[in-house]
Amino acid sequence: MEEIIHDQELESKEYFINMGPQHPSTHGVLRLVLSLDGEIIRKVEPHLGYIHRSIEKMCEHDSYQQIVHLTDRMDYLSCHINNEAVCLAVEQALELEVPDRVKVIRTIIDELTRLSSHQLWWGVMGMDLGAITSFLYGFRDREMITDIFEETCGARLTMNYNIPGGLFFDIHPNFQKRTKDFIAYFKKKLPEYDTLLSNNVIFKQRMDGIGKLSKEDAISFGVTGPTGRASGFSCDVRKHHPYMAYDRVEFKEILDTKGDCFARYKCRIAEMWESMHIIEQLIDNIPEGDYKVPTKAVIKLPKGEWYQKVETARGEFGVYIISEGQRSPYRLKFRSPGFSNLSALDHMARGCKIADLVAIMSTLDLVIPDIDR
Amino acid sequence: MNWLYDFSILTQSIHESLSGNFESGTVLLLEMILAGVAFMILFALLGLVLVYAERKVSAFFQQRLGPMRVGFWGTAQTLADVIKLLMKEPLMNKNADKFLFNLAPYIIMIAAFMAMASLPFAKGLQALDFDIGLLYISAVSSLGVVGILLAGWSSDNKYSLIGALRSGAQIISYELSVGLSLLTIVVLTGSLQLSVIVESQANGWWIFRGHIPAVIAFIIFLIASTAETNRGPFDLAEAESELTAGFHTEYSGMKFAFFFLAEFANMFIVSAIGATVFLGGWMPFHIGGWEGFNNVMDYIPPIVWFFGKVGFMIFMMMWFRWTFPRLRIDQLLTLEWKYLLPVNLMNILVMAFLVLMGWHF
Repeated sequence: MEEIIHDQELESKEYFINMGPQHPSTHGVLRLVLSLDGEIIRKVEPHLGYIHRSIEKMCEHDSYQQIVHLTDRMDYLSCHINNEAVCLAVEQALELEVPDRVKVIRTIIDELTRLSSHQLWWGVMGMDLGAITSFLYGFRDREMITDIFEETCGARLTMNYNIPGGLFFDIHPNFQKRTKDFIAYFKKKLPEYDTLLSNNVIFKQRMDGIGKLSKEDAISFGVTGPTGRASGFSCDVRKHHPYMAYDRVEFKEILDTKGDCFARYKCRIAEMWESMHIIEQLIDNIPEGDYKVPTKAVIKLPKGEWYQKVETARGEFGVYIISEGQRSPYRLKFRSPGFSNLSALDHMARGCKIADLVAIMSTLDLVIPDIDR
Repeated sequence: MNWLYDFSILTQSIHESLSGNFESGTVLLLEMILAGVAFMILFALLGLVLVYAERKVSAFFQQRLGPMRVGFWGTAQTLADVIKLLMKEPLMNKNADKFLFNLAPYIIMIAAFMAMASLPFAKGLQALDFDIGLLYISAVSSLGVVGILLAGWSSDNKYSLIGALRSGAQIISYELSVGLSLLTIVVLTGSLQLSVIVESQANGWWIFRGHIPAVIAFIIFLIASTAETNRGPFDLAEAESELTAGFHTEYSGMKFAFFFLAEFANMFIVSAIGATVFLGGWMPFHIGGWEGFNNVMDYIPPIVWFFGKVGFMIFMMMWFRWTFPRLRIDQLLTLEWKYLLPVNLMNILVMAFLVLMGWHF
């Protein structure tokens, strides 16, 4: 018996390592069980459940106005866009047509949210690769956007600015000026991001050719957002199923074909330019009008099913509502981009080194509460 | 104030006053204790100053202020941290190898201490002046890796073990580049004795007098010494985003502080070696033949020159750390074995040829 055990020990080269739930680069309470051969990764097994709050179940008891608030707590970096998804679904069910002013303001704040999310991603990305300075640069610029949000709706992170039928308040008188100031400022700062990281030899070496994801795999894993687009999967909801004011602005869908970490990185940097471009087109053309359509205090959706998808900073976010005509949905399902993106991690990381896994994870841009609802 | 320019006056007077009162054996013992205490004070001071400097430098690179609350401009922050670390509970894993776990931090400290003993701080201020000083320093400073390996092995933590193995591969590889780049200058000086190396730069520092090979050697030394001290972008042994804290994940309290201190002490040591060999050590900035200029430069005490140069080198290393992303382990080894080492060997050949033909200044 002893001999057998001994033989097995000699043969088995693989060992396990627990990455998380407390680990600096899983960005939350994600637990990855890695099978390693020396430094080479043989298998990655994500274990979820450490931040499960059963949001979907809670939704079955809440009114539709309350559900909007819950979506903040999922992908907290694109909270405004999440809010909007629920609002759009409810508006679709009630056949409400929101005023033009609301559409434009929502689009502008969507893009500001996307910018701030990508800034934070850029900072954290650098930090994951060991360049801590980028973290503070990213936060420095993000601060300006959160200031705008704070002035607009009082909150910096979980905004709750959307309600079914429009917005909570009208925009602050300073909103347009501050947004324009920010765009002018950030246009000067974004090239700085390239000088610090994108053009760095070490950074390029760490990213080029790492964590490849082909277009077919991206589609079969359901990978969306910048991660999917870097693999050549044209999946921008804003382009294919335009909502709000996206049908009236001109912008490019950033596509790349390489599908490696560097492609994903470049995709996001290019998206920041596109977001600024969208905001520039809209910021001077906010139409006059109401900032909301009055709705009943208790919203009851008619009997039926609705699906509404939006493009968050991480990919396609969907809300699927089944209503039985009550004040709360019979069943509500969120399709979160992070969950599908994480599913591709094992496929991408096999054969890489531990350091590569960290790079791949940060280019996936995971937000754990979004994965684990 | 003459002793500021030549410390042998000071050391001689101490020696004479001691000899007048004690027997020769006691004098030797007392002098050893004096030197030991002096080094300990230097060590502690270095820790305080360098930790503060690192925080402030990193803060200014990152557009923030750094520590500001404790003392004027946060100068007492490090002291406060020392008190905090002293009060922390020293924790240990249940299955850790207790003896090796406790031994590891001391090995690193001892290695740093031994290396520091032979540094020429100023004229006549050098505890041990071996005739193989440079060889001694590079031998002793690489002892530190034993401490890192032991720490990783004994912690009973896989992250620590990976970190320790990484740093083993890294330090052993980069030791070659450090040694060879220093040898390039030894070809010029013809001596391994540190005091002789410094004296030989009286007509100009080697980095200026050694043509392009000296500059190449200096650059290689900068890269390799950063790698040898386990600092970013070569901090793979710690790699906080991958291995949480690498080899010292399990250490807490003062034992952690020893690793921390040793890192800064090692940074000081490699900077001091670089300054001594390439930038003239305590030798003021001299240009051969310009007597007036050289005399003016001599007014600045040698110890100021030394610490100024070391400070410059340390600043360069901090600059690296707060700018570059970390390398991957295979890239790190590729850089050493495929680029630095061949370049280095060629560089030595070129330098030897230059010296042979007498083309250096």
